[in-house]
Amino acid sequence: MTALAQRVPSRFLPVLATVILFVLAFGVGSVRYDGFASGQVIANLFIDNAFLIVLAAGMTFVILSGGIDLSVGSVVALSTMVTAAGLRAGWPVPLVIIAVLLIGSTLGLLMGLVIHKFDIQPFIVTLAGMFLARGLCFLISVESVSIKDTTFRDVATAVIELPGGVTITYNVIIALLVVLAALYVLHRTRFGRTVYAVGGNEQSALLMGLKTSRAKVGVYVISGFCSSLAGLLFSLYMLSGYGLHAVGMELDAIAAVVIGGTLLAGGVGYVLGGLVGVLVLGTIQTLISFQGTLSSWWTKIVIGVLLLVFIAVQRTMMRGRFRSLA
Amino acid sequence: MKNRLLWPLIALAALLVLNLVVTPSFFALRMQDGHLYGGLVDVLKNGAPTLLIALGMTLVIATRGIDLSVGAVAAIAGAVTCVHIGSSGDAGTAFVGMAIALVLCAVLGLWNGFLVAGLGIQPIIATLVLMTAGRGVAMLVTEGQIITVNNDPYRQVGAGFVVLPISILIALAVLGLVAFTTRKTALGMLIESVGVNPEASRLAGVKSKTIIWTVYVFAAVCAGIAGLMISSNVSAADANNAGLWIEMDAILAVVIGGTSLAGGRYSLTGTLLGALIIQTLTTTVYTIGVAPEVTLVFKAIVVIAVCLVQAPKARAALSFRKVAVS
Repeated sequence: MTALAQRVPSRFLPVLATVILFVLAFGVGSVRYDGFASGQVIANLFIDNAFLIVLAAGMTFVILSGGIDLSVGSVVALSTMVTAAGLRAGWPVPLVIIAVLLIGSTLGLLMGLVIHKFDIQPFIVTLAGMFLARGLCFLISVESVSIKDTTFRDVATAVIELPGGVTITYNVIIALLVVLAALYVLHRTRFGRTVYAVGGNEQSALLMGLKTSRAKVGVYVISGFCSSLAGLLFSLYMLSGYGLHAVGMELDAIAAVVIGGTLLAGGVGYVLGGLVGVLVLGTIQTLISFQGTLSSWWTKIVIGVLLLVFIAVQRTMMRGRFRSLA
Repeated sequence: MKNRLLWPLIALAALLVLNLVVTPSFFALRMQDGHLYGGLVDVLKNGAPTLLIALGMTLVIATRGIDLSVGAVAAIAGAVTCVHIGSSGDAGTAFVGMAIALVLCAVLGLWNGFLVAGLGIQPIIATLVLMTAGRGVAMLVTEGQIITVNNDPYRQVGAGFVVLPISILIALAVLGLVAFTTRKTALGMLIESVGVNPEASRLAGVKSKTIIWTVYVFAAVCAGIAGLMISSNVSAADANNAGLWIEMDAILAVVIGGTSLAGGRYSLTGTLLGALIIQTLTTTVYTIGVAPEVTLVFKAIVVIAVCLVQAPKARAALSFRKVAVS
């Protein structure tokens, strides 16, 4: 173990800690409950959290750049609403998908522009975006709108058989593709490196001649795009559009990213960390449902505690780093 | 100072005039059984919890902090009191219950203060922990049920009258208390100095950490009292929905009132105006017959407008244009 720790670069340690946490949580479940350690339970972690994986990928970009996006949950709700209302009005499915993705990206672009051009805190701008998106949901309809379109329902219920009799949905494939794309953009493009640089030190990045403004606005467009895509996945999952869908989901996404080892101060973190963070949250939920007697609100408390532990650890790591620099 | 409060005043006046146009009887006040009724009294009564929380939030924001957990704390206060009262109807039980709840809220405030001042975690994130876990705790206290009580003394807090509704009197008393202790002593200036630069204040002999602890405890206690009002008004504790999104309303009220999110200065009169504007806006949306959920859209527009007006960059752009024109 110590030999392994020495060989792994220290920047991977937070992600590694999360992976170990995931394995531990899953191990505890496997030992305590029959049928926990099955391929299908793992597949269900992905199926039930596909939208959260996509959200976390988008949120990773924003947090890496040193910002925060509180609007994601509301944009998910708005996307389910637009999808449901669009299909009810008889729009073809491709048109609905394009409309939803455009709306999400445009909202992200607007928020990014306001944050960057007027130098207003991301927190308050995305808070306004959160209000706006939720309000727009209710402008479309105050009631829940169910999705009856047959094409959409077919995609939602279609399953893909994997070896070993494990089944997954198309949602999982899309979520994993998003993670791959995010990995590529963050590590193999100039834009991705600029995002890290801006999060590390915006002033230095600017002085180095990097296109910081494009990165600062771009991360919110990506987050908006991911939120609307997650909204599409969520409407596939719920088969309805409703203004009260995904209340508080922004907190789950932020929690997943932080538990995945991304520093809230920006500049340090990985997309895969967010993915593992989502899996940890999903495992906790599964554990609580297998346990049976614990009520679902324990999930919130456990997430809060985990969030706290990881932030505290981050804090001490940061202090350690500054001390070693001095 | 006067200039800063001019715009909120105009906005409030415009909203009131709009109400007068839609409902001509809006300003009518009438006495009935020694109780004062009327549109304006309703605005004040419904706005009392928001005003209370916004007062606590003003001081927190003045130290360059933010407290997202107030809604969850309000829910916990209502839950604890209602569980303690149970089926009892006597005043003693109600007062003991409220005292327990407020002490608990003070402890939660200490916790926030510890995370921010003790561990040095960013306020948004530190209070996010309690915002996530707090609702879980409230659910735990009420065991997931909506607890209803039938206790007349407790009902007085949120629904009682002494000519004016008691909740208004409580909120105004707290406002007076805060105004007196911070503006008639050096405390207000010390809070502002911590907001400008905590480190410099510390070097100048200001006990920065103690002041930060104090404002978070005060914010939590205000949230607790507001939670008691909300729960007592309906004689029930709803862990899920009590105080939901009230932190956003409170932040909005503070920002509208001209307190800068960057810390360092605050205006209690501004916060009072801000809280009144928000409540009047909500009332207006009701009276002109738009679905109440759509209020969120208006709030989003107000947030963005106020932030743009406050942002130095936007101001610079505006004044540049003025210079160019003249």
